Amino acid sequence: MSARSRDTLVRAGAPVALGVFVLVAWQLIVTVGEIDDYLLPSPLSIAGQVVEFWPSLVAAVGSTGLNALIGLVVGSVVGVGIALLASLSRVVDYLSAPLVAGLAVVPIVALAPVLNTMFGADSETGRRTIAGLAVFVPVFINTLRGLRQTAPVHRDLMRSYAAKPGQVVRVLTIPAARPYIFTGIRIASSLAVISALVAEYFGGPRGGLGSLISSSAATSAYARAWAYVVGGIVLGLLFFVVTSALERLVTPSAAFPHGTTDSTTRTSSTSSTNLSNTAPRKELT
Amino acid sequence: MTLHNPSVKSVQTTDAVVATGVSKVFDAAGVTALDGVDLVVRAGEFVSLIGPSGCGKSTLLRLIADLDEPSGGTLQIFGKSAKQARIDQDYGIAFQQAGLLPWRTVAANIELPLELHGFPKAQRADRSRELLDLVGLSDFGQRYPDELSGGMQQRIAIARALAEKPNLLLMDEPFGALDEMTRERMQTELTRICAETGAAVVFVTHSIPEAVFLSDRVVVMSPRPGRIETVVPMALGPAHERGDQIREDPTFFSMVTAVREALHQGAPARGTDNR
Ligand SMILES: Nc1ncnc2c1ncn2[C@@H]1O[C@H](COP(=O)(O)OP(=O)(O)OP(=O)(O)O)[C@@H](O)[C@H]1O
Ligand SMILES: [Mg+2]
Repeated sequence: MSARSRDTLVRAGAPVALGVFVLVAWQLIVTVGEIDDYLLPSPLSIAGQVVEFWPSLVAAVGSTGLNALIGLVVGSVVGVGIALLASLSRVVDYLSAPLVAGLAVVPIVALAPVLNTMFGADSETGRRTIAGLAVFVPVFINTLRGLRQTAPVHRDLMRSYAAKPGQVVRVLTIPAARPYIFTGIRIASSLAVISALVAEYFGGPRGGLGSLISSSAATSAYARAWAYVVGGIVLGLLFFVVTSALERLVTPSAAFPHGTTDSTTRTSSTSSTNLSNTAPRKELT
Repeated sequence: MTLHNPSVKSVQTTDAVVATGVSKVFDAAGVTALDGVDLVVRAGEFVSLIGPSGCGKSTLLRLIADLDEPSGGTLQIFGKSAKQARIDQDYGIAFQQAGLLPWRTVAANIELPLELHGFPKAQRADRSRELLDLVGLSDFGQRYPDELSGGMQQRIAIARALAEKPNLLLMDEPFGALDEMTRERMQTELTRICAETGAAVVFVTHSIPEAVFLSDRVVVMSPRPGRIETVVPMALGPAHERGDQIREDPTFFSMVTAVREALHQGAPARGTDNR
């Protein structure tokens, strides 16, 4: 076996082995120690509930997942957009700084009861808004930091090319910010799931993971509550994995040669149409 | 606008760079980087700037490139203001650091100025292939800058500066990171490129033999405040006839000596005449 494949095996195998060990130990403690179900249900009884309530579990993951996804997408787009404006305009920067500082210290799920009332008890909008707000903060902060990472030599270079502001943003500022934007989105992906789920504890339509966890616990169906918690964990992992994969996909670098996005191809269509009706500014001989 | 075909070259009679009493004071630091610099670089002329570290060579280059503004004096590039010359893309520049964009392939880095100035894709690809050949890195077009050594990155930066065949090349110690062999090869290449394109060059270097080999004139600068100490004219014949054998020529050595004396002793070397 090569050193590399052994390394992969260890990296993938170690957490799995640890997980299995914890589950077995947990099962043993609960069975041998005769611990009551309401204190800590055993992994086997939770698994039993997962199987028994499978359709409702899948629907709940879908319902909460959709709220989290909408929050993640909208919050990220708005976060990146406002950060871009703040990096270009001092006025927007000064206006947004205190707003974001304020949002960053507010426990956003605390807004859930208020927003639920605002949007009506049978609407998912409140939950999506909460997820979106929770996402906005880290995406905005990280993106803005990223947009300020351009190296002086690169700025000089752009100036020497007499590049237009839009070109500088496209060719330099955004690519330099890309890793920061994705760090923000990765952090936000977990927050989106957590906020969408917790927001359900404060009323609104039923059927999501949060409302089923609270109603199961309220009717002493502890193992079932835990089964929905497992659904929440899986959903959170899924969001994290997908956003990480997305980052790889759009990051052209030596480390991920298959994610290559050649920026020249993106712009070729516009520049060639420009040049078909107007003569090229210069001719290389 | 068609660059560098023979007809254009002969028409070009304006001087590439005319600096008159140029000074630069960095207010925040209270440093006078340049003081009363007068310099004329004729079209197609190769001028090296040499001088101790911190004497203002990079600063002078940045003023010519309109990346900074002079505190006093005037600058004309091809008879225009430095700003207009920058907007018209009259110069290509290679910085002390390579300054490649790490998220672009090597070829896409070379094509960057062409892309920004609206050249069609096919033409960009042809040009970057040509330039990669020129700097001896044909196999590296699809690699990323991180995968290249410092010297290789610097060669890519030079290729990028040449992409639009500028009439004026501004180069800040571009060969500083190269090994001696590559360095000499690049020097020979550069003389060939200059002969071919007829570009004027302002070339910053710390190496006396390099300055002598490449230049029509070597400008020796003194530090704090940065001034032009002496201008030593070279006489190694037309650039394109300057082969490697010239490095062993007695004329070459006497010119190296002349520049060294000007650099180390300042005033006394002024009388030296090695022509
Ligand atoms: N942005 C700046 N702000 C303040 N001082 C500066 C700035 N840029 C350069 N200087 C000062 O101006 C002087 C000249 O600097 P410059 O970079 O032109 O030197 P140089 O001749 O290129 O040196 P080297 O050979 O080491 O590259 C130095 O004393 C430097 O400290
Ligand atoms: Mg310098």
